[in-house]
Amino acid sequence: MSGPAGALIRAGQAVPAQPWPRRVLEPAAWRDLAAALPKEPELALVALWADTANIHALFHDEAEPAMLLASTPVESGAYAALSPARPAAAWFERMIRDLWGHEAAGGVDARPWLDHGHWPASAPLSARPGPVAGAPPQPVFLPAEGESLHQIPVGPVHAGIIEPGHFRLTVQGETVVRLEVRLGYTHKGQLALMRGKSPRIAARYAARLSGDSTVAHAIGFARAAEAASLAEPPPRAAALRAVMAEIERIANHAGDVGAICNDAAFAFLHARFGLHREALLRAAAAAFGHRLMMDCVVPGGVAADIAEAGAGAILRALDALEKELPDLARVYEDYASLVDRMLGTGVTQPALVLLLGAGGVVGRAAGRAGDVRVFPGYPPYDTVKPVVAVRDGGDVDARVRVRLAEIAASAALVRQLLGGLPDGAVSAPLPAVSGEGLGWAEGFRGPVWHWLRLDGGQIAAVFAADPSWLHWPLVEAAAQGNIVADFPLINKSINASYSGVDL
Amino acid sequence: MVWRRFARSLRHGPATEPAQPPAPELVAALAARLDAAAQARLGRSLSIRHVDGGSCNGCELEIVATTNIVHDLERFGLRFVASPRHADVLLVTGPVSANMRDALLRTWEAVPDPKWVVAVGDCAVDGGVFKGSYAIAGGIDAVLPVDLVIAGCPPTPGQIIDGLRALVEAGTQAPRAGRPAP
Repeated sequence: MSGPAGALIRAGQAVPAQPWPRRVLEPAAWRDLAAALPKEPELALVALWADTANIHALFHDEAEPAMLLASTPVESGAYAALSPARPAAAWFERMIRDLWGHEAAGGVDARPWLDHGHWPASAPLSARPGPVAGAPPQPVFLPAEGESLHQIPVGPVHAGIIEPGHFRLTVQGETVVRLEVRLGYTHKGQLALMRGKSPRIAARYAARLSGDSTVAHAIGFARAAEAASLAEPPPRAAALRAVMAEIERIANHAGDVGAICNDAAFAFLHARFGLHREALLRAAAAAFGHRLMMDCVVPGGVAADIAEAGAGAILRALDALEKELPDLARVYEDYASLVDRMLGTGVTQPALVLLLGAGGVVGRAAGRAGDVRVFPGYPPYDTVKPVVAVRDGGDVDARVRVRLAEIAASAALVRQLLGGLPDGAVSAPLPAVSGEGLGWAEGFRGPVWHWLRLDGGQIAAVFAADPSWLHWPLVEAAAQGNIVADFPLINKSINASYSGVDL
Repeated sequence: MVWRRFARSLRHGPATEPAQPPAPELVAALAARLDAAAQARLGRSLSIRHVDGGSCNGCELEIVATTNIVHDLERFGLRFVASPRHADVLLVTGPVSANMRDALLRTWEAVPDPKWVVAVGDCAVDGGVFKGSYAIAGGIDAVLPVDLVIAGCPPTPGQIIDGLRALVEAGTQAPRAGRPAP
């Protein structure tokens, strides 16, 4: 049964939206909601965002289970903060203030987030963007006090070939006392670019929110647009989307497992998993015309049917991977010096994972079995059931093992999907209508959520939530108490997206 | 366990694919741009420092793929280095977000002369799909002098390697001081 906070949301006025109505709470009721949240930990915050006049929060009521979308109008530029009860809300609240200018009253952190002081205007998504106040401010980091502490600043330009972000490590000897992450370096103004465009055109931005999750974000966005326009993609399109999404999952997991081992200087697994990743991307190019399958999923369906030789190419790549995978898993387990770096390293405490509501690989490696392919679910996973891998260690090793299990499970899914592709069209036209929709997909990191409101076929308001919003705080927490040399392993094993949260 | 696998690999030969020479037009165009003094110092090897100027990370995936055992970038004398102070080439992706502009400039300033800037990906050319955004400079050449452009969204590992090899080949063909041009 749902608790008091869930009941407050359900009592809100229902605004038509797909697939569930959005509940509008008066500011007083929203304040009550913020106050009731601590008593209802099973109401997990999935995302918090805004438009020019309202705040929106998506919750997963895990007791039911049900998804609840709640909104409140912004009153004199402010709304009651959720961050005292839900720590994951803090980054969202800072992002909302920087993009829309709405203040989170009573929020735990009022420092700027995406706005580093380099944009031509402040609050660029608000109805009236403001002037910029002087020179860019120096970033302020959270304090760490004690004897013989020193700081290691890292980034935004890192030593490897990765995205930019700043890590401020406060260490005592070799041990990390506090890690603080400062992001926003890849902010490209995506949401502003999507407004006023048709879903078909805006899909190109959704596909570039985080390049490694291009298929998942494109599916999430397309499903939101289809929901808002009450359109349904043909069954063949849903099946082909799932083929692409599972290939994306296998390829990224293969790359990640290899890269994690490489961060422990174990080059052999890096080489072998890199080879399989390359083979899969080539098969994807043969089947869908693009190695990362970018822009292959469009609102209404998929951009083109699978090439004639595509299924064969994919199956050959999977054959080679599945043949070698048990051997590679055994190599991973056999090397004490390798496993020693993984076991007990970068533990995400189950209580914190629950409090943050983290999903995906990071959640499943810490005992949270959530997967949006299962709940709320979406086609074709109602007929082709995914096997959800769960571990409870919460350490680097558990995250590696969840990925290994998911590689095998997704390979089986792709075989099943390709063996029974429905006939028919691969896309349906999207009517130019007004409406509001929510879409989701399970990417390789975890669930991606897209929300948009259409006005005569054009996007009036939009938001995209990458799972990394809930993973980054765990990077900070997992690093604590570990040695600095293990930080690359911890960071890589969580592998949160920079671009995905920088918007 | 791993030794048995190594032994098997010896029987099968390397997974690395044979390489084709880079496009002669590209080499010729680049050779014309490189100055003689730089060539003498460059030789046939390049150290590359990558900077993400606000990309979606798609280009990063394909740049990383150039180092896998199929493409094996290092066999061409090309290698990624951890510090700009060790680099000859700055390999830059992304539309240059306003928030990365300073960091990119500072990284470029840290690269010793002679140095080259290679822009990778459609965003790096002119902002790509993000053209017109309030939050970007709109391409690498809005901030730095660009010597070579490798277009694509993202370019494939093969295209990235071709571009970088063309830079090395151009170096060996460029007119040198005291010697007439061919």
